[in-house]
Amino acid sequence: MRVELTVNGERREADAWAGESLLYVLRERLGLPGSKNACEQGECGSCSVLLDGRLVCACLVLAAQADGHELVTVEGLGEEAGLHPVQEAFAETGAVQCGFCTPGFVVATADLLARNPRPSDDEIREALSGNLCRCTGYAKIFDAVRLAAGS
Amino acid sequence: MSVVGERPARVVGRALVRHDALEKVAGRTRYAADFGLPGMLHAVLKRADLPHARLLRVDTSAAEAVPGVASVLTAKDVPENTVWVDVPGQTFQVGALKARTNVLADGVVRYHGEPIAIVAAETEDAALASVELIDVEYEELPVVTDAEAALEEGAPLVHEQGNLIASWQLQEGNVDAALNATHAVVEQSYETQFVDHAYLEPEAGVAWLDTDGVITVRAATQVIEHFRDLARILRVPDNRVRVIAPYVGGGFGGKEDMTVEPYLALVVQRTGRPVKMVWSRSESLLAREKRHPMKLRYRTACDAEGRLLAQDIGIVADGGAYALLSALVLLYATTCSQGPYRCPNVRIDARVAYTNHTPASAMRGFGAMQVALGYEGQMDLLAAELGLDPLELRRRNFLEGGDTLAVGQTLDTHVALPDLADRVEAALGPKPEPSTRGRRVGRGVACNLQPYGRCVWLNDWSSAWVGFELDGTLVLRIGVPDIGGGQASSLVQLAGEVLGVDPAEVVIHIGDSALTPLTGTTTATRQLYMSGNAVLQAAGELREELRPLAAELLEAEPDDVEFAGGGARSGERHVAFRDLIAAAAKRQVPWHRLSIFRAPGGDAWRSEASWRGRVFPDFTYGCHAVDLEVDPETGRIDVLRYLAAHDVGRAINPQSVEGQIEGAVVMGLGYALSERVVYEDGVNLTGAFAQYLIPTAVEAPEIEPIVVESGEGVGPFSARGIGEPPVGAVAPAVAAALADALGRRLTVLPFTRERVAEA
Repeated sequence: MRVELTVNGERREADAWAGESLLYVLRERLGLPGSKNACEQGECGSCSVLLDGRLVCACLVLAAQADGHELVTVEGLGEEAGLHPVQEAFAETGAVQCGFCTPGFVVATADLLARNPRPSDDEIREALSGNLCRCTGYAKIFDAVRLAAGS
Repeated sequence: MSVVGERPARVVGRALVRHDALEKVAGRTRYAADFGLPGMLHAVLKRADLPHARLLRVDTSAAEAVPGVASVLTAKDVPENTVWVDVPGQTFQVGALKARTNVLADGVVRYHGEPIAIVAAETEDAALASVELIDVEYEELPVVTDAEAALEEGAPLVHEQGNLIASWQLQEGNVDAALNATHAVVEQSYETQFVDHAYLEPEAGVAWLDTDGVITVRAATQVIEHFRDLARILRVPDNRVRVIAPYVGGGFGGKEDMTVEPYLALVVQRTGRPVKMVWSRSESLLAREKRHPMKLRYRTACDAEGRLLAQDIGIVADGGAYALLSALVLLYATTCSQGPYRCPNVRIDARVAYTNHTPASAMRGFGAMQVALGYEGQMDLLAAELGLDPLELRRRNFLEGGDTLAVGQTLDTHVALPDLADRVEAALGPKPEPSTRGRRVGRGVACNLQPYGRCVWLNDWSSAWVGFELDGTLVLRIGVPDIGGGQASSLVQLAGEVLGVDPAEVVIHIGDSALTPLTGTTTATRQLYMSGNAVLQAAGELREELRPLAAELLEAEPDDVEFAGGGARSGERHVAFRDLIAAAAKRQVPWHRLSIFRAPGGDAWRSEASWRGRVFPDFTYGCHAVDLEVDPETGRIDVLRYLAAHDVGRAINPQSVEGQIEGAVVMGLGYALSERVVYEDGVNLTGAFAQYLIPTAVEAPEIEPIVVESGEGVGPFSARGIGEPPVGAVAPAVAAALADALGRRLTVLPFTRERVAEA
């Protein structure tokens, strides 16, 4: 089937099988490998994207469900000129080690701060509880969220 | 002129943003699975459904008939299917053992998930459909799933030469006499579990046939030097295989042994076409190597003042179905099992056995971390026996510089443990009160030691190329695989320090066995030590080659020339590298340098009668403390506070040092509280993150890292390694805190809610 969607402000089309996930279409058909495939079943958050402004795991959404909708991925999070403040905060605070979970975390954090610009520590933990990181122990990720919230 | 020992001034010691961070936050870093080539095939593995069985028939005809299938390979198609692993150590005890692993199962499968066949097809769907049609007829064989049972007479044999993979024995002083004559003796057994690395990036790679018939594998790996192993498997010369490691999405030892590489290379050799293989999470959990579970038996004695007099230690490790790095893991366990404490009488009997479990191999801490549960548990038991504060008992026994371990290695750098213990104690303050009635608060401390750098018997080396382009910009070519610990960026920082160049303007090319000088493995907490020293050497030598020319251009004495601010200067005069390098090129003064750093070597293990002496380059020491609250009814544990102090010699990038400590502590908490790969009669039941519980943002406490810089260590600018060391002290600290809260000691990991509630 033909899927038409707006990705990072651009109109895109792709041919997809009926059962294909949105993540697969992003990575394999639209040339956007920023969203990562780490568990395939919504357990790790590495493929977090914004679908019509709502945070979802792209691996749990069928490409067909995204037909006609608007999508923001890690590649489109920043302004044309540079990085999103959340991305800058992650780099600045050392919240990035191997970086594989990072795209999912920055999208989830951007979503959190859009809804709640001054989250408490508990709210940060709750909002990021669907994203797994194995390198940082989350400490510097919390620092990054606090920094971005203050900026 | 050597620059080792020189005091850093400019960029070393600063929390610089890592050069790879900006691309990573933007989602632009191309990891192994983010890469592809036109016309590439997709490969998947047929894996064993049973943990131990004879393969009576492997029929691939239906699989080959699936449209789009390009090749189906089994053991008979692999030019050299047997990979022989040299087992270092006291192999005389187990015969002239050479351990064997197979690329593809040949005749017998020995663990659940062992690869039997490779299918490569035009699409992933076709490959997956094809692999389902491979018809395997099994004859089930008896399964052995306990390492101690595997070593008993009459146990089912995993390999025909017997189930003992390796054994280490140590005897120092007279343990039996000391045990009989002393004030207090405590005896306890401890058990650790199978653990998965659970990095976020599953194993993946793409391979293709390049110019001159070079089979090139771009894969997530900690070891590009597996190109030699691949050449052996393919039966081609070493120079016809190339391995490239892009930035790796986490390693922790799990990408130290080969994963996808041999399968990709075989498909390329057979078909001549590019091919991609990506393991699913369930595949990774099912069949990729795990951390060794160990059964530890300790008898420990001390005098009336609490000074250790004897340690009698037994270790039995489960090595799983193939040997891989088991002998070395056990060596680390053996040499570190006395803990960071003096003890005159030590006896260690350590063995690792084959079972029908997933092969066990390298994981952060590499044997040295498992034994911490034992040696620290013993210190707590002795402290209770003597009515001493646990930290006070430890203070009376801490190793000092100049002391000799039971293995015979004398410690030739500072041991900062008293300082670490003081700082942790000072930061702790009073123990908090429980938040509600019925809950209890416990406090635990634990110390550890962990080697950094590879065993000296391996005569380790690393090389680095440091040079300028003709426009004066600085380039590093270094084979280091970067697995997320800042391996590459710390080298950039070191080169910038020596040559006076802003690290943000340096470009580093890494991880290519054909094009970047080899640095050895990104394992064993060795890259900062080894490649850091190589960079320091190369950059320092380059600087000295350029110094006379710079002095001439600046009309100064060579000794008055300083390299800083993107060039050389003397007083008010300054020459930019652009001009200095242009002059060097014209005058044929070298403007690049390749250097090799060689670690102190040794050959102790070749002597069968005795292997006493230096085993490791050096150690990193730590002292941790945890306050936790436990609900004895439900077994729920909340970590209230976590302090982790380590002497890192010198922090090259303090932010990266903290990141290693925080990450290792949370990984250690997962190990202590929830992580466990579950088997039932050899069948691995753990197939998803829903079953393998690593800590999330909700469970992770705020960690308080305490970074001590003693100025002593064998890395660049006296740095010590910090990648693995912080993981070891966590589980024993948690065990101590639980014992403090509950009045009972848990000794079997992990301390799940069920076990805590039952305790």
